[in-house]
Amino acid sequence: MERPLTKNIHLNRPPLDAKEYEMAGGYLAVKKALLKMAPVDVIELIKESNLKGRGGAGFNTGMKWSFVPMGEKAPSTKYLVANADEMEPGTFKDRLLLEGNPHQLLEGMIVAAYAIQANTGYVFLRFAYKEAAKRILQAIKEAYEAGFLGENILGSGFTFHLHLHTGVGRYMCGEETALLNALEGKRATPRAKPPFPQVSGLFGKPTIVNNVETLCNIPHIINNGADWFKSLSHSEDGGTKLYGVSGNVNAPGCWELPMGISMRELIEEYAGGMKEGYKFRGVLPGGASTDFLTELHLDIKMDFKSVSMAGSRLGTGTMIVLDDRTCPVGFVHNLEQFFAHESCGWCTPCREGLPWVEKILWSIEQGKGSLTDLDLLEEQARLLGPGNTFCALAPGAAEPLQSALKYFREDFEQHIHQHKCPYD
Amino acid sequence: MKEDLENKNTTTVGLNEQERTAIDHEVSLVPYPKAACIEALKIVQNNRGWISDEALSAIALYLNMSAAELDSVATFYNLIFRKPVGQHIILLCDSISCWVMGYRVLYNELNKQLNIQFGETSPDGMFTLLPNACLGCCDHAPAMLIDDDLYRDIKPNELESILKKYN
Ligand SMILES: Cc1cc2nc3c(=O)[nH]c(=O)nc-3n(C[C@H](O)[C@H](O)[C@H](O)COP(=O)(O)O)c2cc1C
Ligand code: SF4
Ligand code: FES
Repeated sequence: MERPLTKNIHLNRPPLDAKEYEMAGGYLAVKKALLKMAPVDVIELIKESNLKGRGGAGFNTGMKWSFVPMGEKAPSTKYLVANADEMEPGTFKDRLLLEGNPHQLLEGMIVAAYAIQANTGYVFLRFAYKEAAKRILQAIKEAYEAGFLGENILGSGFTFHLHLHTGVGRYMCGEETALLNALEGKRATPRAKPPFPQVSGLFGKPTIVNNVETLCNIPHIINNGADWFKSLSHSEDGGTKLYGVSGNVNAPGCWELPMGISMRELIEEYAGGMKEGYKFRGVLPGGASTDFLTELHLDIKMDFKSVSMAGSRLGTGTMIVLDDRTCPVGFVHNLEQFFAHESCGWCTPCREGLPWVEKILWSIEQGKGSLTDLDLLEEQARLLGPGNTFCALAPGAAEPLQSALKYFREDFEQHIHQHKCPYD
Repeated sequence: MKEDLENKNTTTVGLNEQERTAIDHEVSLVPYPKAACIEALKIVQNNRGWISDEALSAIALYLNMSAAELDSVATFYNLIFRKPVGQHIILLCDSISCWVMGYRVLYNELNKQLNIQFGETSPDGMFTLLPNACLGCCDHAPAMLIDDDLYRDIKPNELESILKKYN
């Protein structure tokens, strides 16, 4: 099984420096793309590979790039941003790539910037990733020294400057237009779209924001081609995927596997199954803002289409397992408390609805709920849903709530009838 | 009102040389000074531990923006401190995987040992305890960050020796 993204990551050693990375075949894609390919050919190749964005929404990456204005009439300033704000609860995949092989991200960014002809780039890194910050700064320094960053890279005539920006803690910074506001020194509230960032983004200039894992795939596609990339996958979405499992399983962890591996294989083989004394009850397949799936869904493929046909989303591909000794109401309460806290406050259903939901869930958890509260929760989940808000935080918050009410309704009712949490 | 604030603070506590140099560098990287305000807040906070009203006004004046506007940015972010904090910041992950894996036991234990709740600073000024969203090591839950040090798979009985390192 090929593992292009992680083959050079060894957790017990410092990451490869620029020289070691080159010796392992690194920066070949920069040479190939900048010296032998036109920007439009790079975009076409990525489109052809069917690489879908790994930040959660799953949009075709080459297609996204193709919306950036090109040619002589296009603005001369454009930006490329790596979204390294990873803050979705239960998500721990980008950290592996950032700490494990920072030059791979840099190489992906240089090629991506060349494709859209952006001369400035930022890595937007969350505050808590202290070790990643040190490693990225070091890698940037080495890449400048080796001539892969800066003016006229490898004599190609292409110039790319790269900076690290560390955030100051807010989940909203991960939303792509809120991230741009944060980079501009503003509150991280999203922007109304259109215009889309591809046309008018950072400081009003065309900007591409891509997830770290998305960008790390780019060098490998340049080197090995679109067909190779598609052949890595067990599904119609190209490539491998970083999958993770956390919760009361025997071997929680993060692995690079073919896109479309089954949920059962992930949980039972890679994560070693449930811990002794714990039974599987459900799972959030792709981070905090995805709908619960249950035992019935264990055999679905973990790709964008299959997970959404089962009623949830692949999201970040890092799953959180709910076991039979953990209270589903408390579980959802914890999630909604997070969302309520991180709401930026722009849209009413999110600003007002989420704290309300959080309070209702808490009162149910404390044994003080009533059956009409469940109707209220359902109504709130509907109001938080798609189409009522400026960004996807609120619809994301609705997902675990609505699905918990569907799959774990008897738990909610037991709390209400017994006037206490049956798990205490 | 805005001008009052600014005028008052030109004559009180300003930015020191080192802070100004660091901020100047950040300003040189962006199209207009205001865009560097988050960096400026970080620089001053790193230096002074927190952002007092005086520091806030001094930064605002330096970047040619109103103190109210800068405060709206400062208070938006979880990790810009507008109140004094202890020498060490404990960020305990309270997100879902750590919740499942027992962060509340850790919280109670920290509570007991330091005699503080979330948002408080220990009486000796050593530790401030804050909840933090997912630290990105959910496969090693529960997790916490003390200053730059990440602790994972923490057992409640390990807390005492962890805290000792900072005393
Ligand atoms: C509230 C919120 C938080 C988000 N956080 C992240 C994040 O931390 N990292 C990320 O890559 N995408 C995040 N996203 C998705 C981004 O908006 C965007 O879709 C993504 O960065 C695009 O990259 P991709 O096309 O490579 O997937 C978030 C979205 C929302 C609504
Ligand atoms: S949905 Fe929530 S987080 Fe998103 S813009 Fe609206 S208020 Fe802000
Ligand atoms: S939930 Fe605590 S580290 Fe992710």
